[in-house]
Formats: sequence, structure tokens, C-alpha cells
Amino acid sequence: MTELNKVNALVQYAAQIGDNGLIIGHRMSEWCFRAPSIEMEMALMNCALDLIGQARELYSYAGKAGGEGKKEDDFAYLRDEQDFRNLLLAEVPNGDWGDTIVRLFFMSAYNKLFFTALAKSTDAELAAIGAKSLKEVTYHLRFSSEWLIRLGDGTEESHRRAQKSVDDLWAYTGELFTMTDAENLLLEDGISVDVTALKAGWDELVSQILDQATLSVPANNWAQSGSKSEGRHTEHFGYIITDMQYMQRRYPGCEW
Amino acid sequence: MYGDTSIQKPIKIAEPTSAEQARLEEIFQQKIDDDIKIEPQEWMPAAYRKTLVRQMSQHAHSEVIGMQPEGNWLTRAPTLRRKVILLAKIQDEGGHGLYIYSAAETLGTSRAEMIEQLQNGKAKYSSIFNYPALTWADMGTIGWLVDGAAITNQVALSRGSYGPYSRAMIRICKEESFHQRQGYELLLTLSKGTKEQKEMLQESVNRFWWPSLMMFGPNDANSPHSAQSMKWKIKKKSNDQLRQEFIDATVPQAEFLGITLPDPDLKWNEERGHYDYGAIDWEEFGNVINGNGPCNKQRIANHIKAHEDGAWVREAAAAYAEKQQKKQVA
Amino acid sequence: MTKQTTEKEWPLWEVFIRSKAGLDHKHCGSVHASDAEIALESARDVYTRRSEGISIWVVPSNAITASKPEDKESLFEPADDKIYRHPTFYDIPKGAGKM
Repeated sequence: MTELNKVNALVQYAAQIGDNGLIIGHRMSEWCFRAPSIEMEMALMNCALDLIGQARELYSYAGKAGGEGKKEDDFAYLRDEQDFRNLLLAEVPNGDWGDTIVRLFFMSAYNKLFFTALAKSTDAELAAIGAKSLKEVTYHLRFSSEWLIRLGDGTEESHRRAQKSVDDLWAYTGELFTMTDAENLLLEDGISVDVTALKAGWDELVSQILDQATLSVPANNWAQSGSKSEGRHTEHFGYIITDMQYMQRRYPGCEW
Repeated sequence: MYGDTSIQKPIKIAEPTSAEQARLEEIFQQKIDDDIKIEPQEWMPAAYRKTLVRQMSQHAHSEVIGMQPEGNWLTRAPTLRRKVILLAKIQDEGGHGLYIYSAAETLGTSRAEMIEQLQNGKAKYSSIFNYPALTWADMGTIGWLVDGAAITNQVALSRGSYGPYSRAMIRICKEESFHQRQGYELLLTLSKGTKEQKEMLQESVNRFWWPSLMMFGPNDANSPHSAQSMKWKIKKKSNDQLRQEFIDATVPQAEFLGITLPDPDLKWNEERGHYDYGAIDWEEFGNVINGNGPCNKQRIANHIKAHEDGAWVREAAAAYAEKQQKKQVA
Repeated sequence: MTKQTTEKEWPLWEVFIRSKAGLDHKHCGSVHASDAEIALESARDVYTRRSEGISIWVVPSNAITASKPEDKESLFEPADDKIYRHPTFYDIPKGAGKM
């Protein structure tokens, strides 16, 4: 393994933020022709386009920062499973509409705080990406919060389902606030975001919406982790990559 | 005092007497002949309304079902650029379905009713979407040929007599102009690629050429509703006219791609100033329309599943809205 | 056959969009939504994908009162012969300056 320096740490960092966008965007795109109404389908696809768009910018920047001429597609299509460092929360399957909304809500609440902080990064390019992404995720947060409130405070069935989604996905939220070695290294120069400092704000935001949705905050705080720090994914992740990389792996080196 | 007149619901007028009916029909036809658009609340012959609802709901269903073959490749798009283009295009199709449902609803048929008719087989959609999307090249071919055929049709529809439909079509044509271009660009890339890519391109066009020509519907001689629809300017051009326009525009594009179109009879006719083309297999068309296409069952099953899986979500939002309303009243 | 036969469809909302500062909101279509907030979000997601708007109104379709087509003659035609309401009706000599 190559030793961590400020260059490869920056590459890792930009790519890792991009991975979150790509993988959750990929998951949302799986809703194509499966949403409860056309209007909702349109909304999810807008979110997916925002998130994949963020990934593209971050991968391009990672390629530039690395100085090896890597392009966005090299990151998405030619890395192996363990090289992806997205949060586990981004990769778990869509489940039902409740699971999808809760995932988007947890993620967007985090993204809102994260991109607010990234917009103040000492790295001008990351700061610019942060500022742009912030606008997008602010809408995702609004959309997912409003839906969570309706599911939680809708019918008995929707309340039960939404609470189950919250409980099931809760274990993946702990990883959001963990720091990798690269993040710690970049933090010294004010490039990365100290995500441990985002936890209090996230807890507050989440409990406020859950409360409005008449849902309760789970008591079990055991956190699943391993993807962000070591590339240890869920069993589901391999299938995402298999699907996504099929063309590039089957026909190497082609233009598309 | 006029609060009962929703802009979305036709006003119920007492059944006119036959003399009155004849007079209304005359005024109506005069408006059509003068190219004055018909708007939702205005008097229109029952058959005009029925024809429009049938056509618009079919059109909207085609957009929505059309998301499925392309959706099949969304997670496998070979580059991120292609992935976002495809996603945006499929999203447009959902949007276009919605615009047309909206326009159809102005005639007093709800979207729920239209969707029910789609799911129980009473309403049809374009036969082309019952063919499978099997390779990445199909994403290009669908854009080039299928959207190309659809645009040919829709440009004519945007000049139709019913205001809301015509307005929806104008918006749709504007948005769709990128659909065909992205498809052709995708195919151009394949045409400059490896042997395998070129083969993938040719194979895809071979599969989609004839079904694309069928999209314009039966020959004029076998199109029973056409004459009336033309008189009402619901249709501005006949099926065969539009098909010919499409072929004339497409053949040079195929040549530019360096591919062949799978029709030995396809050749330029100097005298007519058009391309001649071979006989279309109408038996296949009839089969696919009537449920025997490769994907009919799968498409409808997917639609029903999404609809049923979403029922609890729609109910939840409705229940929430009701609770909020009660709170406001209290 | 499916649940929809018993399910009550979400109400219809008309969507009006201001395309840029200084212009009126203009009707552009409709969406189905359970309440105003969802209607607003749906309108945004459906009708402003190509930067078509900077402001949206959504109005329940059944809250709109419309004039009746059969009243068209009595409501609107009386205005047609009041040509003195238009500036071009008056002859002002050029010498009088811009007016």
C-alpha cells in the first residue's frame, strides 16, 4: 500500500465524496418506472441527476489532483469494489418507498451539513463543489423530510413501515461521522471537513423531523461501518458494480 | 356564483335537440376549418371528445411504458456522461406522459381511469415498446429511430385542433429535440468504434427498423378512423404520409452512419421524389398490438406492480392531508 | 382488479410559472398532489427541469372559477367597438411632439 501523502489523500477524499453521490444516485435511478406516481418518479430522477452530477465533478477533480490523467469514468468504471469508499448507507438496497425516503433523508441531512462545511474548505475547487452541491441537497432534504412526515403521520400502515425503515437504516448512520486517515491528514490544512463535528447538528435535525413525523429515534446505537475506511462493503455492493461496470469490463478501451 | 365551473371539467349542458345539435356541429366544424383551437369547456361532438381521449391516453401511456426498455439499461450505461443523458431522457418521457395525461384530463377523464384502462388492457400504447432493449446500441437506435418516428408524428400533432393537446405537443417537441440527437450521436460513436461496436450497431438497427415504421400505424387504406380525425384536425397528416416523411429523412442518416437498412426494396424513386420501401409485416404488427409482442405482459405487469406497491404511499399522503385539513378547521 | 378502483385519486393542481423576474406567472399544466407542499415540489420537479422558472404558484384546480364559453359574446364582444380606448384612434399632429 502506498504511503499516505497530501496528494493521494486529496485524490482519495474527492473520490470518496464522489462515491457517495454515484452510489446513492445509482440506487435512485433503480426506481425508474417503479415509483408510486409519475410526479414522484420525476422527483427521484432529479435527485439522481444531482447526485451523479456531483460524483462527476468530484471524480474529475480527483483525477486532476492526482496528476495521472485519470478521468471521471476511470473512477466509476475501472476501480474494484474495495476501492470504492462510499458510506454503507448509500449502497443498501432501495427497499420500499419508506426505506428510500428514510435513506435519502438521513443522507441529505448529513449532506446539508457536510457541504455547508465543505463550501468553506481551503481548497478552492472543493469549496466551489460544496457550494453548488449544497443547493441541490437542500432540496433533497426538503423533499425527503416532507415525505417522511407524511409517511410517519399518514396511515397506520405507513407509520409502521416508516418506523421500521428508520430502525433498519439507523445502524448505518454511525459511519457518517467517522474520519479516515486521509480526512485527518487533510484536516490539518483545513481542506477536509471534520465530520465528527457534524453529529450534534445531524442529531438535532433528524430528531426534529422524526418528531414531526410522529416517529421515534431508535435506541440501539450500534453502528455498522467498514466501507468508508477500508472498502469493506455490504453483500449488495458487488452487484451494483457488476451492473455498472459491465460494458467497460466486457469491451475494454472503447469509446461510448 | 359560477364556482361550480372547474376549468378541468366539461360543463354539462342539456342534451341538445337534433336541430340544435346540427347547428352546434356546424359551428364547431367552422371553427376547425378556420383553424380556431377548441378549448376544454367548449361544446364539442361526443365522438370528437372520445377520439381525443383515446388518442391522448394512448399517447401518454406510450410515453410512460416507453420508460421501461430504456430504464433497462440505466444501471449499465457505459460512461457517466451517457448515464446522465439517458436518465434525463427517460425522465423527460415521464414528464411527457404527465403533460399529456394533464391535457387529456381537461376532457373529463381522470388519470386514474386512464391508468386503469391501460392496466386492464382496454387502452393500448405504441407497439414499439413491446420490443426488448437488448444491447447498449439499442439506446442509440431507440433515440434515433423510435424518437425520430415519434417526433415526425408529434410535430404534426402540435398543429392539431385541440388546444391543450396542441400546447402539450409544442412543449414536448421542444424538449424532445435532444432525444433523437443524443441517440444518433451515440450511434455515430459506435460507427467509429471497434468491429464489435459496429456489429452491435447494425444488429440493433436490423431489429428496430421495421417496428419503427409500424409506429405510424396501418396503411391509410386500412385506417378506419383516419378520415374523420383529419376532418377534425386531430390528425393533420395521414399515416402513410408521415411514414414516408420519416423514411425520406432517415435513409441519408443511415448512409452517413455507414449501415444498411434491412429492406432490399428500399430505393430512391426519382419520379415520386421519395424512397420506395418494401411491404410491412402487418401480421406481426397486429400480433404485437394485441398482446403477443415479446414484452407486452412484462410491461403491463411492471406497471401494475409499481402502482400496487405505491398504493400505501399515496394513501398515506392523502390521510396526512386530511388530518392537516381537520386541524386547520378545528 | 387493482386497488385503484377503491383508491381516491390525489386532487389536481394547476401550475403557474414565472419564467423570469418582471414577467407574470403563466399557466403551464397540472400535477396530482395530496396537498399544497407536495404540489409545489411536484411542479418544481416536473415543470422547471430546464430552468423555466424562478417562482411557482400551485392552485387547486377546483378553486378556479372560469367564465363560460357560451357567455363569450356577451362578455367580450361589447369591447370590440370601443375603439376610442386605443391611442391610435386619435390624430395628433407631428408638431405637437411625442405623446
